[in-house]
Amino acid sequence: MIAVDIEKKLKAYNGLQILQVKKEFEPGSVTRITGPSGAGKTTFIKMVAGLIAPDKGSITANETWFDSNQKINLTPQQRRIGFVFQDYALFPNMTVKQHLEYATNDAQWIARLLNIGQLDTFTNHKPGHLSGGQQQRLAILRALAIKPQLLLMDEPFSALDVKMKVKLITDLQILFKEVGATVLIVSHNPQELDGVSSDELVMGEI
Amino acid sequence: MDLSPVWLTLKLATLTTLILLLIGLPVAWWLSKKRSLFKIVIEAIITMPLVLPPSVLGFYLLLAFSPQRGFGKWLNEVFNVQFVFSFQGLVLASVIYSMPFMVSPVKSAFQQLPLSLSQASYTLGKTQWQTFRHILLPNIKPSLLTATVLTFAHTLGEFGVVLMIGGNIPGITRVASIAVYDSVEQMDYTSANNYSLILFAITFILVIGVFIYNKYQVKSPLE
Repeated sequence: MIAVDIEKKLKAYNGLQILQVKKEFEPGSVTRITGPSGAGKTTFIKMVAGLIAPDKGSITANETWFDSNQKINLTPQQRRIGFVFQDYALFPNMTVKQHLEYATNDAQWIARLLNIGQLDTFTNHKPGHLSGGQQQRLAILRALAIKPQLLLMDEPFSALDVKMKVKLITDLQILFKEVGATVLIVSHNPQELDGVSSDELVMGEI
Repeated sequence: MDLSPVWLTLKLATLTTLILLLIGLPVAWWLSKKRSLFKIVIEAIITMPLVLPPSVLGFYLLLAFSPQRGFGKWLNEVFNVQFVFSFQGLVLASVIYSMPFMVSPVKSAFQQLPLSLSQASYTLGKTQWQTFRHILLPNIKPSLLTATVLTFAHTLGEFGVVLMIGGNIPGITRVASIAVYDSVEQMDYTSANNYSLILFAITFILVIGVFIYNKYQVKSPLE
């Protein structure tokens, strides 16, 4: 169980806006995070990952990750969260295979991920030589490479065509179960996660 | 022709560049992260040699490290180190004088890398040092090369600072640029021409080398 109860002031064009989230995520659940642009969806998952600190509140997984009262704030390294960035954040100097090897030493797991992401014939390509969809898949695979207990994904399917998306989501579901990951997915397209997500967090509606 | 000023110049430029790679990289990285007033002041101090007359810098270094007074005297008495009219003095002055050429381009390169690259590395459990070594550094390679070559070339061309703090001692502080000046003063135009040609050729080859390398990186070397 991951329990989040946090608050952060955000600078918006019309002054300060308060981002407030209180929610519990069941282990192994897939939650879709929706809301209008600027509602703080990306900021929220970055706070869960430890990349941005909330102003106050607490985040608890198997241990306390963040607690403003006790002044606890674990680093992203300590939280070991899989994170798929909206801009993919691929490393320009590394090939597809090197991305995964940077994350894990498990060669079998790497081979399996490459197969699921249909990147096995592109192992020696650098991100600059991959299509948008391939880059996005690599970003997802890299996040999964560390077998995270919690996987946070920021618009992870936006660059994929429908056929690829359906196939990948089906395969990813198997992986999520296998790893036992709790998954939070920021998504603009409400239909793309039908049948996958079991829960929903709507932001920007107070 | 006495080639010792040329060798001395190359030795000075190599040492200065190596030292600046060691100091300049972490400083540039530190400066590229979150801004603060303190950092702005430090950056201004590092940038000063770009705009300050070299003789002014040399004069203050001469005062600061004079073995007759203050800090220079202490260094001399405690460590037996003398920075005035010595080769180590030239190295120190060159490091300060050429620092902006190393720090500025590298800092800009770090700043241009998306923040998410480091963040992605952190979420994979990597430390700041691992991230610096495996992600940040390899992705600023063209700028790093440019900075290294510019630092080297700039040190080759130093004159004012070197003359102020080092003087003109053959084999110790008489670098090629000073040998040119010295030869002209003695009306020895042949030597002056030889030294000048050597400096010109080395610098030209270095700069054109960087331009050619960076052509393939689709980036102007002076960016």
